[in-house]
Amino acid sequence: MLENYLPVLIFICLGLIVGLAMIVMGGFILAPRRPDPQKNSPYECGFEAFEDARLKFDVRYYLVAILFIIFDLEIAFLFPWAIVLDEIGLFGIVAMGIFLGILVIGFIYEWKKGALEWE
Amino acid sequence: MIETVINFALSIWEWFPLWMQALLGNLFFIVIIMVPLMLSVAYVTYAERKIIGYMQVRIGPNRVGPKGWLQPIADAVKLMFKEIVIPTNANRFLFLGAPILSIAPALAAWAVIPFNDGWVLADVNAALLYILALTSMGVYGVIVAGWASNSKYAMMGALRSAAQVVSYEIAMGFALVGVLMASGSLNLGEIISKQQGGVSDWFIWPLLPLFFVYFISGVAETNRAPFDVAEGESEIVAGFHVDYSGMAFAVFFLAEYANIILVAALTSIMFFGGWLSPFEGLVDSDSLLLGNGIHWFLAKTALFIFMFLWLRATFPRYRYDQIMRLGWKVFIPVTIVWLFVEAVMVVMQVGPWAV
Repeated sequence: MLENYLPVLIFICLGLIVGLAMIVMGGFILAPRRPDPQKNSPYECGFEAFEDARLKFDVRYYLVAILFIIFDLEIAFLFPWAIVLDEIGLFGIVAMGIFLGILVIGFIYEWKKGALEWE
Repeated sequence: MIETVINFALSIWEWFPLWMQALLGNLFFIVIIMVPLMLSVAYVTYAERKIIGYMQVRIGPNRVGPKGWLQPIADAVKLMFKEIVIPTNANRFLFLGAPILSIAPALAAWAVIPFNDGWVLADVNAALLYILALTSMGVYGVIVAGWASNSKYAMMGALRSAAQVVSYEIAMGFALVGVLMASGSLNLGEIISKQQGGVSDWFIWPLLPLFFVYFISGVAETNRAPFDVAEGESEIVAGFHVDYSGMAFAVFFLAEYANIILVAALTSIMFFGGWLSPFEGLVDSDSLLLGNGIHWFLAKTALFIFMFLWLRATFPRYRYDQIMRLGWKVFIPVTIVWLFVEAVMVVMQVGPWAV
């Protein structure tokens, strides 16, 4: 059972190694390295960058992230439910209906409050 | 003579300890998957330039090799010999780590893809969950790259891209739940075998709205046109990888195209029966060309890759608020409603679920 997951683990490791190998080979072995201050300045359409780029950003990105966590958890609950639905039948539908119903009410509230607007 | 060689090789093989045999065996199969994958990534870039060229009444790349066939090789060699510029203000470790973070999941997801009946590296029961998890990991590469570059363009591209990917992942997840309800299994091989019986048994028919939602979300997840605001040339130059050059850029590029092929392959597996032949039941199933086989899987995947390129050549870029509106206000309600309809149909045993 668990040994089925061994190839997956090896594949992930190999994926990391391939990425690393390409960067090391391209960046440090084959490619030249001639840094100069102009070349190494951050891209700013030719202007000097006059402030740090880690700037304040719109709060709506946080809102999207929070909403995402709620809905993604929902999906994590739906996955096992969907697989056994034909066994648990009507009870399964009603139980998930209540659960999804609460979520949908929340979703409608967000919508009405304008949390999903990007004017 | 040949027998002695084979026996000699076998005796060397048995001389290895058991864990090493398992490791080498797995590595062999991984290489068999990965090398064609890398080659197809290279040639999807060529196909993209050529197809978009023809759609715009140009001929596309045609100088390197006959009809430009060697173009992707030339591109790869060129990028290998280009300097990787690391901006002074950047966080060096994260800057170089981000491309690795983005390519590793794009490759590793292929561990559970079934290419033909039984041709799968890891026949695990949680395959779809694993794929959902790994495709979510891809967003880390983008956001780490944008943050580590310490450039405003990169930062904005990363923020946009992360919010967009995350929004469409919800719609995508709901679409996957629909597939699970129809198949009753997370194992991709079993999902395909549930679609046996001919074209009318494929999941595309009962799950038609979910297919559209899944495919469009897939396009948005991979940051492809018309949803490519993350790298909109006219607004933020190249988005999160604006400060990347040489091989570091190439790795992002490879990851993007590997993800495109992955989404196309998953679409063909979940909605179009993967390796199943469309002529199933009509012709003799032993027939090499018209029977089931890997060639059908590859053909369906190629078709969806072509759809990606076609979309790029046809549609203008969406505005960012339109993208978010489509994801949250159209796809999520549509999928929730369809899940309810489907759940009721499963329990009432109507339509395609009647056993």
